[in-house]
This record gives sequence, structure tokens and C-alpha cells, in this order.
Amino acid sequence: MTITTSARRYLHRNVRARISALLALPLFWLVVIYIGSLAALFITSIWKIDTFTSKVIREFTLQNFIDVFTDRAYFNVTIRTLFVAICVTLICATIAIPMAFFMARIARPRSRPILIALVITPLWASYLVKIYAWRTMFYPETGFINWLISPLGGSSPGFGILAVIIGLTYLWLPYMVLPIYAGMEKLPDSVIDASSDLGAKSGRTFFNIILPITWPSIIAGSIFTFSLSMGDYITVQILGGTFQMLGNVVYQNFSLNLPFAAAVALIPVIIMMVYLGSVRKTGALDNL
Amino acid sequence: MAIIEIQNLAKSFGSVKAVDGVDLDIQAGEFLTLLGPSGSGKTTVLRMIAGFETPDSGSIKLNGTDITYLPPYERDVNTVFQDYALFPHMDVLSNIEYGLKVKKFEKAERREKALKALEQVRLAGYENRKPNQLSGGQRQRVALARALVNRPSVLLLDEPLGALDLKLRQQMQIELKELQREVGITFIFVTHDQEEALTMSDRIAVFDKGKIQQLDKPAAIYESPKNEFVAGFVGISNLISGAAAQKLIGKAGTFTVRPEKIRLGMTGSDVRNAEGLIKEVEYLGPSTRFLVQLDAGVELMALRQNSSESAFEVEAMRNTRTTLSWEIASEYQLV
Repeated sequence: MTITTSARRYLHRNVRARISALLALPLFWLVVIYIGSLAALFITSIWKIDTFTSKVIREFTLQNFIDVFTDRAYFNVTIRTLFVAICVTLICATIAIPMAFFMARIARPRSRPILIALVITPLWASYLVKIYAWRTMFYPETGFINWLISPLGGSSPGFGILAVIIGLTYLWLPYMVLPIYAGMEKLPDSVIDASSDLGAKSGRTFFNIILPITWPSIIAGSIFTFSLSMGDYITVQILGGTFQMLGNVVYQNFSLNLPFAAAVALIPVIIMMVYLGSVRKTGALDNL
Repeated sequence: MAIIEIQNLAKSFGSVKAVDGVDLDIQAGEFLTLLGPSGSGKTTVLRMIAGFETPDSGSIKLNGTDITYLPPYERDVNTVFQDYALFPHMDVLSNIEYGLKVKKFEKAERREKALKALEQVRLAGYENRKPNQLSGGQRQRVALARALVNRPSVLLLDEPLGALDLKLRQQMQIELKELQREVGITFIFVTHDQEEALTMSDRIAVFDKGKIQQLDKPAAIYESPKNEFVAGFVGISNLISGAAAQKLIGKAGTFTVRPEKIRLGMTGSDVRNAEGLIKEVEYLGPSTRFLVQLDAGVELMALRQNSSESAFEVEAMRNTRTTLSWEIASEYQLV
């Protein structure tokens, strides 16, 4: 009997061994790479720094957190970042809900795969290409938006918070559309018919029946748009002008003061954990 | 007085004529069943009465008012759906109150009516359950209460018992009929189950190919079917046609006799007698079904009560010769 045969027979008898073999690689990834890097981030944030050489000194301190939470400037950046993430999420939801409704319930079943492909296609293009495209759109004086609204007496808003919100909304919209589409597709026609049968007009059916039933899917989409917006810094650099978000603060600090950058980076992590905790009971996490 | 008048109703889906010229008057307070195989158009007619489909032509009147093109929420009818269509995010009470809430009833009145409806369907005490905590039969009752609490002129039921098991279905048939007598509302009931239709209905409209094949009382539908389709769809039909009809009945045409009207092994005067070979014997418990190949060249099914015979005795009759007889009044000529 060869070794491989006996190993195979051992695995066949032993369920635990089989599951361990199946999960060895994913577990390695999750524990070592993913949780490990988060732990490293946390540990770095409680270390000191030699301000002259920018070298990390492995000694415990809470000074980084005290700086982050007492300095008004960082508080403002946090609020701005939250504001952008919330705006992006709300605009994405406002666009995605009617879009997903059309795709899942009004469009003919035959054209649905095409519509889904159209939603997904932008995800295949490079992130940078799309953001630079938006940069040319927003260019003051020569940009497309300026050309479009200057005859009406306006001018391009230029680079800043508005451009960032529009750019991020464009980037993350598919992540909102797809979960809502999946949720709306599962909704039986008869439930909508029943509401109308019981006397409700379309608006009431939408707000009292369709929206509450698909709410977990909307929350699922919002987890994507919210967390991706919270962590972004490249779009902010390219479209934001002087506007900054938490990601930019991390980016600027990590070569000069790594422990401080780590402390700042923990802010979006904490906000996301609070958000996930608060939406857990909607059942949204079962929909991801 | 007719509460619903349907005239020349037609509806096509693509090239398929789902409903092809239906005329139907439904009387106030009656229990009318639309019976037919799937694709016969019965559900489409119901959905057009409810307002979920718009007809291509024809008209529907409710209480003398034309409702053909009204949206569902402006019609004084309510529907019990095949899959119940309960709102999964609301508890039982909110489901039942939904229609009253839309019609802006006071909260106290709403509550009172909903609890009464819940009692009517024998589900008192379940008001705070969510639909996913109920069994199929209980969901069915909630759907019924949710529709009935609005006191519609007409209640539409789209194969509401289809998903229930046999025992529960038979129990619900009786309850539905009782409930209908109690509330006095007109019921239009769609089913493909002929037994269900015969048990519950005041009248049955048998559908096939988008048309009403026969509209009559259950006994009349069963005893004197108008054509081959009705004879075959409602109950088991024995068809006698062609040369066999000439030999046995002495006339050309197509005739039918119900299996339970045919007697085995007895001859008499004033009856049809026909000899043949028993090909199959099916023991059904209370009765036995015989498939007999007659010498006249036709196969007939005969059903006999097992009043004294055992399964072994009837099994022994296979491949023996016998005489079938039936009264002339039991045979019907089909058009």
C-alpha cells in the first residue's frame, strides 16, 4: 500500500482531518495575513517614535491616540471623511434602488444578464484610468463639465469635495446596485400584487412593502460603499484639490511617523466596526 | 342580480390566446369555481377581475360599474394568492390590518376588525407571529383573513389550497365553504382539482383553451357533461364512439357513461348489456376499479363498491369474462 493511498483512506475515515486539509490555506490567509496585519497595525499604534530619525521605538505609549483625539484638525478630518462616506452611500442608494428595481422587476428577463453586464463592466477598467477620466471632466476652464454648464452662466466646481463625492459615487455604484438587484429579484410578484390588491397605490407599496423587504440588501450595499469611501485616498488626491480625508493623513504620515499613521488608520476601522455592529440585526450581513 | 358581468373578454400573451372570448355572469353570494387544466385561462380571468392584467378586449362590470381598466387598488375585490403573498416583514396582525390602514380606519376599529377576522379563521392568539413562524395551513388562513377583513364585494381565490397536503386540504375545503356561507361574500375560486370544485361550488365554469366549455351546477357538470373535454376532465369518463356506438347504442355519435353507473355480472331488461374481458383490476380499498375490453371494440372502466368482497376475490377476477350493464338514462351524448 502506497503512502498516498493510506493518506487518502485516513482522510476518508477522519472528518476533522478532511476539514483541516480543506481549510488550511484559507485559515493561513485569514489568520496570518489578514488578522495579523490588523494586529500589527494596532501594535504599531502604541509604539513611540524618534522624532529626529523617524525610527520606531518599541516602547508603549498612548500619546498617538491622545494626539489623534485631542487635535481639532484630525477630528475635523474624521467628520469630513464620515460626511463624504455618508453622502456617497446615500447618493449610490438613491440611484441604485430605482435602477435595481427596473433591472429586477420591469426589464424583460432576457435582457437582465445584459443589464448586469453593463453594471459590472466599469469594474473591469482600471481604477486610476476612471479617476483620471473624471479629472479631465472636472478641470476648471477646459474640463467637460465647465464646457457643459458655462453657457448657462455657471462654471466647473473644480477639484474639491464635490468632485470627490461624484468620483467615489461613480466608482462604488456597482457595489450598491448588485446586492439590491439580488434582493429585489427574490421578491415575489404576488407580494407586490397583494399590496395593490389591498388598496395601496404604487408609492405606498414601494415605501411600506418593497423598501422594508429589500432593506437588508440596501444595507449590504451600503457596507461596501461606506467602507470603500472611508478608506479611499487616491481619488481624494486626484480629484480633491486641497481637500483631505483620513486616508490622506495616513498616507502623509507613514514614512515620517508610522505609529501615528497607524493610530489614524484605526479610526475608519473602529467606525466600520461600529457600523457593522449596528446593522447586524437587520440581517444585512446574511445577505453579503 | 349579477354582481360581476364579464363580456367577450380576451387576452393574449404574445401569440398565445390565454383567454379567448369569455362571457360570464356571477351572482351575488354564490361560490363559483373556475375549473380547468393549467394554461386553460382560468387564472388569467381571475387576474383580470383583480386588475393585475389588462384585457385586450371585452369588459368586466362589478355591481354594474365598468372596472375593466381600473387599477387593482380601486376595485372592491380582494385576492387570496396561491403562495399566500403574506408580507414577510410584518406580523400576522399588521398583515391583516394592512388593507384597513390603507383605507384610513381608526386604530381601535382596525384592531377590533382584525382580531375578529383572525378568530373567524380560527387563529386567535397568533397575532404577533411572523409569517415564517407559521405552517402552510396557518399562512393560508392569515391570507384569507387579510382579504376578508376588508369586506370586499367579491373574494378571488387563486388555487389557495394547492400547496396543502391532502388531509388539510379537505378540512380547508369544508371550512372555506362554511366561511363563505357565514360572511355571505361572493367567492370566485380557481382550481385544477375537480374534486375540490365539485365539493365546494354552487356553480362551476369548466375552462379549456381560453374558453368556457360548460357552466353549470356541480351535479350537472358531472352527470351530464356537454362535451368530450368536460367529460374527461371532470371525473373518469368512458367514451363510446364510432363503430362501438353503433353496436352498443344503435346510434352514431360519442356517448359517455360514468364508471360508477356500470354494474358487473348482472343482466336485465331496460338496460344496456355488453360482454367483455376484464383486463385490469385495481383494488382501491372501499371500491374496486375494473378495466373491461368489450367485444364491441371499446374499453370501459367500471367502479364497484367492495361491500362483501376481499382484495383476493377481486384480484381473481382478472382475465375472466363478465357482463357490463348500465341504465340507458346514465348515458349521455356529447356534442
